[in-house]
Amino acid sequence: MILPTDQFPPTQKPSESVSGVTVRLAGDSGDGMQLLGTQLTNTSALSGNDVATFPDFPAEIRAPRGTRAGVSGFQVQFSAEEIFTPGDGLDALVCMNPAALITNISDLKKSGILIVNSDSFDAKDLKLAKLEVSPLEDGTTDPYRTIHVPMTKLTRGAVESTGLSTKFADRCKNFFAMGLVFWLFGRDVEPTLRFIDNKFGKKAPEVAEANRLALKAGWNYGETTEDFASTYQVSAAELPSGTYKNVMGNQALAWGLVAAAKLSEKELFLGSYPITPASDILHELSKHKNFGVRTFQAEDEIAAVCSAIGAAFGGSMAVTTSSGPGIALKGEGMGLALMLELPMIIIDVQRGGPSTGLPTKTEQSDLLMAMHGRNGESPLPVIAACSPADCFQAAIEAWQVATKYMVPVMILSDGYIANGAEPWRIPEVDSLPKIPVSHPSGQKLSGEPFLPYKRDENLARPWAIPGTEGLMHRVGGLEKEDGTGNVSYDPDNHQHMVETRARKIAMAADFIDELDVDGPENGTLVLSWGGTYGSCRTAVKTCQANGKSVAHAHLRWINPFPKNLGEILKRYDNVLIPELNTGQLRLLIRNEFMVDAKGFNKIKGKPFAVSELVEAIEAIA
Amino acid sequence: MSTELPVLKAKDFESDQDVRWCPGCGDYSILAQMKKVLADIGAKQESTVFVSGIGCSSRFPYYMNTYGMHSIHGRAPAFATGLKSTRPELDVWVITGDGDALSIGGNHLMHVIRRNLDINIVLFNNSIYGLTKGQYSPTSKIGKVTKSTPRGSIDHPLNPLSIALAAEGTFVARSVDSHIKHLVATLKRASEHKGTSFVEVYQNCNVFNDGIWEYAKSKKTKDETTVVLEHGKPLVFANGKKGIRLNGFEPEVVELDGNVSVDDLLFHDEKSTQPHLANVLARMRHPEFPEPIGVFRAVERQTYDEGINQQVVDAREEQGDGDLAKLFASGDTWTV
Repeated sequence: MILPTDQFPPTQKPSESVSGVTVRLAGDSGDGMQLLGTQLTNTSALSGNDVATFPDFPAEIRAPRGTRAGVSGFQVQFSAEEIFTPGDGLDALVCMNPAALITNISDLKKSGILIVNSDSFDAKDLKLAKLEVSPLEDGTTDPYRTIHVPMTKLTRGAVESTGLSTKFADRCKNFFAMGLVFWLFGRDVEPTLRFIDNKFGKKAPEVAEANRLALKAGWNYGETTEDFASTYQVSAAELPSGTYKNVMGNQALAWGLVAAAKLSEKELFLGSYPITPASDILHELSKHKNFGVRTFQAEDEIAAVCSAIGAAFGGSMAVTTSSGPGIALKGEGMGLALMLELPMIIIDVQRGGPSTGLPTKTEQSDLLMAMHGRNGESPLPVIAACSPADCFQAAIEAWQVATKYMVPVMILSDGYIANGAEPWRIPEVDSLPKIPVSHPSGQKLSGEPFLPYKRDENLARPWAIPGTEGLMHRVGGLEKEDGTGNVSYDPDNHQHMVETRARKIAMAADFIDELDVDGPENGTLVLSWGGTYGSCRTAVKTCQANGKSVAHAHLRWINPFPKNLGEILKRYDNVLIPELNTGQLRLLIRNEFMVDAKGFNKIKGKPFAVSELVEAIEAIA
Repeated sequence: MSTELPVLKAKDFESDQDVRWCPGCGDYSILAQMKKVLADIGAKQESTVFVSGIGCSSRFPYYMNTYGMHSIHGRAPAFATGLKSTRPELDVWVITGDGDALSIGGNHLMHVIRRNLDINIVLFNNSIYGLTKGQYSPTSKIGKVTKSTPRGSIDHPLNPLSIALAAEGTFVARSVDSHIKHLVATLKRASEHKGTSFVEVYQNCNVFNDGIWEYAKSKKTKDETTVVLEHGKPLVFANGKKGIRLNGFEPEVVELDGNVSVDDLLFHDEKSTQPHLANVLARMRHPEFPEPIGVFRAVERQTYDEGINQQVVDAREEQGDGDLAKLFASGDTWTV
């Protein structure tokens, strides 16, 4: 099918070149802002920009329409330079209703572009947003370049020929907004036209046509209206050469797991129970059955982790995925897994807590639970992915450690990187590490008893699997005698086993990379972990450009810590640990290294803004 | 040329661990019959896995010279699900008790049965918590005086077979620890069934709940207090003197005294597509009725492990074996 891209002629207006743009699209949950944002992101990535995104949506599927609680937002920064965050201040903000405007306007830079759907600012809309006066009339929007667009009316007119009812016609207004935004930033419409065709072309051709017409009307509106004197162009970024793909964190995690299974010649079993924001890993993995992936949607979180342990016992690459509340439920199962010394992966996509907390918002507040949230002395290796694309690598490393040391490994992600997107340089499959996994082979009755807890040089026990002749053995949660694996209540054996289980995790420090420091060897060190990598890195770079002696180090492995961490920490006068919690890594660092680290802590369900980090760093640097 | 396969005896299924149940515990008999069953059916040590939860019965795997996992309280069905889904060729047995299966593990029991995972569940029902030293269990009767219910239990008890049937169980049976022949026959039937087989075994805890099933165990009373189910046969008990007749939806005990003949009785149909009859039988309780023992229901339905593995086979057939390079290149990409 020939796509009518010729109906979107290049602009005749002057075009201003800018290095990067941060745009936020905000509307009601039902307004299709996430879809608009995803299209803008993919298109920008395809045009070679570096991109970073931040979707922000309510926990309710259909929050009351038009209210502040129901506002759904999607922020994307696209840039000609390498970027690590979705941006702080907005260059442009699109608001589909008053609630969206009032909850987002404070992030728009002075003189930034504000595009509003002026058709949705009547008395009823204002009342839903709990506003007495229209913000379009009371001076709220004065500092900005505000452009009133009667989107509802224009969209209805544009799609009239399709015969769609008003209700359906109104659903096309996000495509109108998209057309306008695409025009303004010189984006290519071809990928979106292809998307429309794939999504609606066959099953609802009239909807496909209406969306195309709305997109075109938005594009033409930009070209025609005198509100815009020029468009903006963002040229391609100079990324390392290679083939790229835009990935979200959950997708990258799923692909990393699939890759790790393949690299270890294992079939993957996922036991999972749906929970925000981790469910997309289950959805993604369930698509890849041709890789030998088996996904089990369990009856609850406990069954999910336990089924994974059963699969690990059987010799599969076993995984369970969840978020904080689910991980709390899995605690006992995880304890058994570490007692059985079976390899598996437990993924916690963190969200705001405690309890049900803020399901769709991000936080780093499960770190101490990951480290200590089980009964007894029960350490586990913990790796925290630092960005959406890094989730791929984190999954592979986690499986390497799990199999090398025969231990369950926790991967921490968070809502911000799970749903955020960035370009991922597609690796050459041959360049990925092979993950050697072996199972002892069967033995006939030779008189030598099989020792299921006999350890190798990594303190790993043999992964003997059912079906193997002569290696029958029983495992369980009761303390066991080293070597034989028999139940043992011997006091000295218990101490030995507790210490051995901890020691092999400490030994994993031999495997993981040493910590890199970006910046000077003294002064102030910013130590970050997990999903705040991008904002911390950008903030430190800004401080360095301001002439401050500030360095940055970022932890991915938190248990064990990289071997050189203690030595690095001691070099600096100040250590600042920014975290989206009340200071959980800081507690661990102070405890382990006796370093008087300072914290910068934010618990608002939102990622760090670079500007607030710069301020915090410069206050002590 | 013929290859002689070594024939395993019951003793070959015995592990080197000392059995630590209380002397006189009903578990000993079940353990002995299980070993016999495995030998009789030609089970292989290495292909057999016993999975258990927590409780006295759940120590069972340690005593079997097979693969085994003594897991956590109530969760054995979940472990079995992960294991059997990925290793469908293994014979997986779940050993559980009334507290483990029906209290803390109630959720998993219900779901494993409705999914029809091809495993065998043996529930040792002694109507008491033994390992924690004598609290009432979900199958204890109202009024049961225990350490945690000095004024008597006020909890209405669960009927394990009703739970299994409500969860769409495809094989539901009951036996008694000391009825050696019946227990062996029932466990064999369970092992042959494709799908989840659920066997409740009346098991005596001689320390904390001694004699709870005496009516069904005692040679003196069992003919009057139990009725043995056989497919296609009428429900006759008390040495042929009494039978069970259906009056509408209600069972009733009738005397076979000439006025009522065997032909008037309820005939057992374990293969009925609907579980109505099995439900009626499951609800017959002592002392009002003789309690049925045997196979209540045995029907065929796709198993979970078949389903999950078939989808993998189908996906590979349709999409080809997974190729990482192809996966990575799917969707929109660009080259710098």
